[in-house]
Amino acid sequence: MSDSSTIAGGALAEAQHEHPPYQRHHFETVDQQFDATNFAMWLFLLTEVMFFGGLFTAYLIMRNWYYPAFVVGSHQLSIFWGTANTAVLIASSFTMAMSVWSAETRRKGLLLLYLCLTLVFGFTFLGIKAIEWHEKWEKHHIPGPSFSVQSFVDPASDPEVYKEYHDNPLQADMAQKTQEYFFLYFAMTGMHALHMVVGVGILIFMIFRAKAGAYTSGHVTFVENFGLYWHFVDIIWIYLFALLYLISRH
Amino acid sequence: MSEQNQQHEQEHHIVSPTTYLIILLALLVGTAATVAASFVDLGEWHIAAGFTLFWNPVVALAIATTKMMLVVLFFMHVKYSPKLTKLTVSAGIFMFLVLISMTLTDYMSRAWGRW
Repeated sequence: MSDSSTIAGGALAEAQHEHPPYQRHHFETVDQQFDATNFAMWLFLLTEVMFFGGLFTAYLIMRNWYYPAFVVGSHQLSIFWGTANTAVLIASSFTMAMSVWSAETRRKGLLLLYLCLTLVFGFTFLGIKAIEWHEKWEKHHIPGPSFSVQSFVDPASDPEVYKEYHDNPLQADMAQKTQEYFFLYFAMTGMHALHMVVGVGILIFMIFRAKAGAYTSGHVTFVENFGLYWHFVDIIWIYLFALLYLISRH
Repeated sequence: MSEQNQQHEQEHHIVSPTTYLIILLALLVGTAATVAASFVDLGEWHIAAGFTLFWNPVVALAIATTKMMLVVLFFMHVKYSPKLTKLTVSAGIFMFLVLISMTLTDYMSRAWGRW
């Protein structure tokens, strides 16, 4: 009696250790581990939704209050660069999704290729963003003591924008409110870019790990959850593009 | 153990590259559509005195939301995820909409008729 229970116990202990090295001891199965971490990732993303939600709400309220200032402020953004960046980010989301597929089907070469492509697209996005920000710097459109309302009290002095929109000049007090627009523009695109920088950092880490074969032996949790983060950042940009660039053209 | 692995393969749905490619194309088409729509004056709808709905922002946000749904359902695998994930995601979006609409309602109605 006692003998058989000892054997059973021994067998059980052995069974408990019969799991892949990436499965943590406190999970019954790899599946359970995957679902639990996936759920946790979603909870984190919901806190991110609330974080960006505050910025979006501020934008909507300010846009209602200072509508003329927000319209001319928005006319300063380049539709060309905005559209290009949206396409770049969507392409990076696609390559990220393909990275997840490569990890799931255990193709190390393809996984490395797609992770590197995602990284390149991420850097491209940040590069284009830097070009756009630099233009604001040159035109003194960064809120603060050196902010210039020149383009808004005298739109004709800014021929590149004027020939496209023919904005009427704003009163001095409303022209000052364009700072509100640019403050939110920098806050929102800045927080978004910060998320991109964090993502790019994790991507570089993942490329090294993937090279060592960490994600092509059945352990896809990390790649999958990072993919969720990357796609979330893409979604934020989809809304930023619509709100900051597009909706004030008419 | 091998049985367990098989079960795992069955439960963990692998989305095919074809699906990803279709979604990529749909998202690019959506981007082109929303940029094209921004170049056209889509007009406005006078609901009541002092209450006007402009169609341009409505269309831009509708296209953005469609793109968001495509990303969430396919790239983020929610369509193939357990019910717990689906419930969590929809509860999050719902909560976000509640917070935004209640805040905006307050801002819009607090000085009603006094502007």
